[in-house]
Amino acid sequence: MKHSLSKSEQQALIANVQQDAYPDERGRFGPFGGRYIPETLVPALDRLQVGVDRYLRDPDFLREFHDELHNWVGRATPLTFARTLSEKWGAEIWLKREDLAHTGAHKINNSIGQVLLAKKLGAKRVIAETGAGQHGVASAAACARLGMPCTVYMGSVDMERQAPNVGRMKLLGATVVPVTSGDKTLRAAVDEALRDWVSDPNGTYYCLGSAIGPHPYPYIVRELQSVIGREARVQILERTGKLPDLVVACVGGGSNAIGMFHPFVKDKDVQMLGLEAGGSGSGLGQNAASIAYGTPGVLQGCFSLLLQDENGQIQETHSVSAGLDYPGVGPEHALLASIDRVKYEAVNDDDALAALAECCAAEGILPAIESSHALAGAKRYALANPGKRILIALSGRGDKDMPTLQRTLLKDVL
Amino acid sequence: MPARDLISTAIRNRRETGQPALIAYITAGFPKKEGFIRQLNAVGAVADVVEVGVPFTDPMADGTTIQRSSRAALEQGVSLRWILQELTRAEVKPRAPLLLMSYLNPLLAYGIDKLPEDAAGAGISGFIVPDLPFEESHELRNALDARGLALVQFVTPVTPTERMQMLTEGSGGFIYAVTMTGTTGKNVAVPEEVLEYFDRVKKLSPVPVCAGFGIRSREQVQRLAPFIDGAIVGSALVEVLERGDDPAQFLRSLRE
Repeated sequence: MKHSLSKSEQQALIANVQQDAYPDERGRFGPFGGRYIPETLVPALDRLQVGVDRYLRDPDFLREFHDELHNWVGRATPLTFARTLSEKWGAEIWLKREDLAHTGAHKINNSIGQVLLAKKLGAKRVIAETGAGQHGVASAAACARLGMPCTVYMGSVDMERQAPNVGRMKLLGATVVPVTSGDKTLRAAVDEALRDWVSDPNGTYYCLGSAIGPHPYPYIVRELQSVIGREARVQILERTGKLPDLVVACVGGGSNAIGMFHPFVKDKDVQMLGLEAGGSGSGLGQNAASIAYGTPGVLQGCFSLLLQDENGQIQETHSVSAGLDYPGVGPEHALLASIDRVKYEAVNDDDALAALAECCAAEGILPAIESSHALAGAKRYALANPGKRILIALSGRGDKDMPTLQRTLLKDVL
Repeated sequence: MPARDLISTAIRNRRETGQPALIAYITAGFPKKEGFIRQLNAVGAVADVVEVGVPFTDPMADGTTIQRSSRAALEQGVSLRWILQELTRAEVKPRAPLLLMSYLNPLLAYGIDKLPEDAAGAGISGFIVPDLPFEESHELRNALDARGLALVQFVTPVTPTERMQMLTEGSGGFIYAVTMTGTTGKNVAVPEEVLEYFDRVKKLSPVPVCAGFGIRSREQVQRLAPFIDGAIVGSALVEVLERGDDPAQFLRSLRE
């Protein structure tokens, strides 16, 4: 469980990453990952593992999955050349348009895949947690599509700041349970979903929305989200004949980022940049940037980087974006950071909101506040490194953020 | 005798009197930080083993009562470091062996290298770590083992028999047999199939079998008594402390 790596250990990790050797049979991404859960959940996770081994690479399952992605989700999503931003930032800016996926964000790729898996495993009901509400909406929609009852746990703070999504989940037939314990945001919602699952490990399928949690979740989510990077890689090669110089994505738990990054990991000349929520500053409690400011520890089933105090207590986080407001990060990101394959930086609230406004005005696209962190990070990079080809994961659309935008960007306008 | 054997001995000694042992859980520093050692002695005067809970921000296996007590303790600044210092310093301590019940992250933050020695010095006999399954426990188990400290494993009604055998054989002090799937604190009716499950655990286990989760009344303890060596009382006791009632009196009421 040590985390300071020697040069030779780091070389070994790099070689394994190049060979796509992670997660290993113990669910580890190098030192990170694993399975830290109550004994009651062990048989359920064992069953899930059997299901993953049987279905996730099974041609029939994949055919069904890709049929839903194409005909119901609307994939492939377009790759848009951002003409005006390219000019303003002195770069070639390409946007992978996950905002145009059904329900308005990349989350649907994972939800439809996992709910399909839940059906194959004979689950009676699906539960999910949600922060920004996007994974909740995606899971509610996937469950409606496939005829599964769905319960979504959502922090009461998030229910307020993402109110439009609460109504959408209810219309889609899900039961939305407000979580008033803990920090009342995404972390508390995960805790509560885990408690539900512990109460009925045999009949319930937990559809986890990010690349976090106990093994095999970080692997499942990566596999289902990698469609983003695979499509984008083909699209940019078709359009430009070349790979990008830099691939950019926002990172909370890290699901859209791992989906975007993973297909590019072996492309040695492609640099990658993950942007975490820098909130209002670098102090404990002022941000949600677990790689930039965190230390190793175990939270909600896996060993990764966490925002915690010296006693191992998890810190409350701050971010203007509910979807990034989480004190940990997926174990594969912790690994990619530790071997410097991906660079991770923080973007603060104000810069993210400014990038959101800039994208609206320049490209006619309202991005989610989460995705706007990626835009702001790309801009910072572009201004410092002129003339680069930059591929950005625009992970979702910003309609759900209107209540927050009314209080911030639009405060002086209206 | 290594510290871990103090636990199984205390449980067996009580069992020989014809009664199941009582294992009492308190959240350290709840309801008031100042009253920790006094509370511990009051509980330890009646209970056969005492579980001292290290509060954690994300107690995923616990129900609302222990979530509440953990939060209250954290707000008063209770930490593992503070708990071990208080225990080391205490002039009067219960004769009942003490266990620390903690989620993994506070233990990692403290440092697995120095934890066993400091815990032994504070009079701790073993550990219960609810988010550390057997497969991930080697490092902590070996470190505790070197100081003669126990690491208690869990079994549940959904644990397959083969795994149950591995867990009971790998457990130190006793085996924590969860009465139901779910979190702590709910009321358990103890239906027939639960008794059959305890019978299965009892037949496999080389260490004493203690039942926990949802134990609140003398009737439950009596119904489980033929199948178990001890009963673990947590949320119900924390609620007694929350109300300001006498914990010793409550524990005696489970036994009489």
